[in-house]
Amino acid sequence: MSNGGVLILGARSDIALAVAHSYAALGHPIQLAARNVQTLQTEKEDLEIRYQVNVSLHNFDVLDLERHADVIEGLPELPEIAVCAVGVLGNQESDEKDILAAAQIMRANFEGPASILAVLANRFEQRGSGVLVGISSVAGERGRATNYIYGSAKAGFTTYLSGLRNRLAKQGVHVVTVLPGFVDTRMTEGLDLPPKLTAQPSEVAAAIVRATRRQKNTVYVKPLWAFILTAIRLIPESLFKKMNI
Amino acid sequence: MKLSGWGKYPVVDCRLSQPRSEKELADTVITSKSIARGNGRAYGDSALSRTNTIDMLKFNHMLSFDPTTGQLVAEAGVLLSDVIAAFLPRGWFPAVTPGTRFVSLGGMAAADVHGKNHHIDGSFGNCVDWLDVMGPDGKITRCSRTENTPLFEWSIGGMGLTGVILRIALRLRPVETGWIRQTTHVAQNLDAAIDLFEKSLDATYSVAWIDCLSTGNALGRSLVMLGEHATRAEMPVKYHATPFPSVTTQKLSVPFNLPGFCLNQYSVRAFNALYYWNGKRGDPTSYVNWNSYFYPLDSVLEWNRIYGRQGFAQFQCVLPLDSARSGLSEMLNNISESGRGSFLAVLKRFGQQHSRFSFPMEGYTLALDFPISDRSVALIRKLGQITADYGGRIYLAKDSIMDAQSVRTMDATRVDEFESLRQHNGAAQRFASAQSERLKL
Ligand SMILES: Cc1cc2nc3c(=O)[nH]c(=O)nc-3n(C[C@H](O)[C@H](O)[C@H](O)COP(=O)(O)OP(=O)(O)OC[C@H]3O[C@@H](n4cnc5c(N)ncnc54)[C@H](O)[C@@H]3O)c2cc1C
Ligand SMILES: NC(=O)c1ccc[n+]([C@@H]2O[C@H](COP(=O)([O-])OP(=O)(O)OC[C@H]3O[C@@H](n4cnc5c(N)ncnc54)[C@H](OP(=O)(O)O)[C@@H]3O)[C@@H](O)[C@H]2O)c1
Repeated sequence: MSNGGVLILGARSDIALAVAHSYAALGHPIQLAARNVQTLQTEKEDLEIRYQVNVSLHNFDVLDLERHADVIEGLPELPEIAVCAVGVLGNQESDEKDILAAAQIMRANFEGPASILAVLANRFEQRGSGVLVGISSVAGERGRATNYIYGSAKAGFTTYLSGLRNRLAKQGVHVVTVLPGFVDTRMTEGLDLPPKLTAQPSEVAAAIVRATRRQKNTVYVKPLWAFILTAIRLIPESLFKKMNI
Repeated sequence: MKLSGWGKYPVVDCRLSQPRSEKELADTVITSKSIARGNGRAYGDSALSRTNTIDMLKFNHMLSFDPTTGQLVAEAGVLLSDVIAAFLPRGWFPAVTPGTRFVSLGGMAAADVHGKNHHIDGSFGNCVDWLDVMGPDGKITRCSRTENTPLFEWSIGGMGLTGVILRIALRLRPVETGWIRQTTHVAQNLDAAIDLFEKSLDATYSVAWIDCLSTGNALGRSLVMLGEHATRAEMPVKYHATPFPSVTTQKLSVPFNLPGFCLNQYSVRAFNALYYWNGKRGDPTSYVNWNSYFYPLDSVLEWNRIYGRQGFAQFQCVLPLDSARSGLSEMLNNISESGRGSFLAVLKRFGQQHSRFSFPMEGYTLALDFPISDRSVALIRKLGQITADYGGRIYLAKDSIMDAQSVRTMDATRVDEFESLRQHNGAAQRFASAQSERLKL
């Protein structure tokens, strides 16, 4: 693999930063894009000192669709790999009652990420190379009472990624969908997660690097999740609707 | 949540906080009695607090590096393994390293760790230029040998009891390769081992493995291993392509807690004999890569599980130079009589050290593990008694057994001074570990 740039969207996320470390360690220049990006100054210096690669910072709000093309134009180079880690879990209970808040969650998890990846997809297609990595969620595999606002947006994102993959497969551009299961990050801080099903951000990063290199389509970080999801998909809706999971 | 040190004993129910910013850290420091925790490699209860154990590993950024002086400024939660991974390929190595690289810089400073080169380079504190320490009021103070000197001097070796170390400026050592030229010498008994150490004071690294079950004339028979950083010129041709070998990330790990009886005295005997006879054969000089030389145990991840669920304790003491021979013989006699010694008995010569609360003093340090049981606890207490009798002291980073009285017998002046400093600046109200409470520090 050549040492092309790696763009990380939503770079303040723990998973995103772990991905930045993994690619920097392999000698790739890193482009960190996030809101309030100046807060990543320490991360930039840390990456530069450890791995002696160039790291650039870019202001990026996934909800500000109009600026998406400019964000990509403003990068020092068109990246070889782009990883989108943007996501907002929201609060299902209160978002059920507040439709504007719910819409915001859907935008941040689906519309926004889809839009920025669309800009990149077109540029990658033109160039005839590149890898797009979207971090979606197992929550999108079936609607559940406890998180269907986040989940449905992730479902949309997952479908969008598979559509992009289908479109770009013959254009030399590869698309990876990551369904990480539970990950020990800021998003899940304080939740009591089952250790066997919970990955560390560094494991997600390693899985992403591997999947990108081997042109995998969909990756689950903890293999157990693939089985769980198969089982969940098999439950008939008549039964599923009465379950608490 | 239930936490313990590397020895898995004692297990303490602790409240754990994981701050990500200075503000979050200050908030937690000023609201509850706390102790900082690095990577949990201290064996006992040094980094445990029931009321607030502060996980520092989110403070893990390297902040600057000056290639002209080798000075690295980094946050306290950076691991030594990361420092090596980043800088060895550029020709820099830690000036002082403990026997595992999975320690945090904060933990290294707080315990003022020593390496196999203590007799030449002193302890970790010697390569620290300054510290940023958060005190009991949540304020951060920069301290060094010239600025806020008392805070600097007591924080190095202060076991987290002066405050939370946030940032460290440390100097690395330039090296030409990541290889060590090792020469192994056989010592028939303790006297011979000590003679070898005394003759080898100019060797950069020295350490001995002791067969602590041998008795009589062979009491303390050991392998004394000396080491030097290999230069590029001297390296055998086959290594020229890899002057800085990287860690082959062995994922060898102990999958679950082994029952305690796996470690009975027969397996210990067998292990010791193996080491002894192995070293006796062949050419005494060999080239060893940095990882196997400094961190032989790190390639077996979670090796602490081989002691089983009860966990284990390590005893480490230092005896002053003039009483070391007789004190160590008395200890080895006690250990071999008990038949409970571990295969990890390590002897090392310390050089001079002038510091406030650090462990090292000029003399000999002995370290060994015991699976936890009533008999080994009794033996450790006995060894502590012998340490006190001979004017030595024990290493807090390894201790989980001693009581307040015995620590005072060993170290009355220093303990008193530390206590009054901590009372005076308010640290005593804010910083305490399960260990400092046990030892009434
Ligand atoms: C296999 C092995 C070999 C070892 N070999 C050696 C050796 O050769 N020489 C040697 O000296 N030691 C040795 N040790 C001990 C080890 O180096 C020390 O216990 C070291 O302090 C562990 O660092 P840590 O980050 O894991 O700290 P922890 O175990 O988490 O904490 C140790 C102490 O440091 C304090 N501390 C940690 N971080 C901070 C901070 N940011 N601010 C303030 N206080 C803090 C804690 O409060 C506690 O008192 C060894 C340990 C193991 C497991
Ligand atoms: N943790 C898990 O268990 C888990 C499981 C499955 C999938 N995921 C997915 O993994 C990805 C990374 O999540 P994480 O666990 O690392 O949690 P995280 O730290 O909360 O990361 C989410 C990131 O999205 C960013 N973001 C939110 N709104 C944004 C906006 N409008 N513009 C730009 N960036 C925005 C956040 O930026 P700020 O820092 O500025 O808020 C944050 O850095 C997410 O897509 C998440 O859905 C996580």
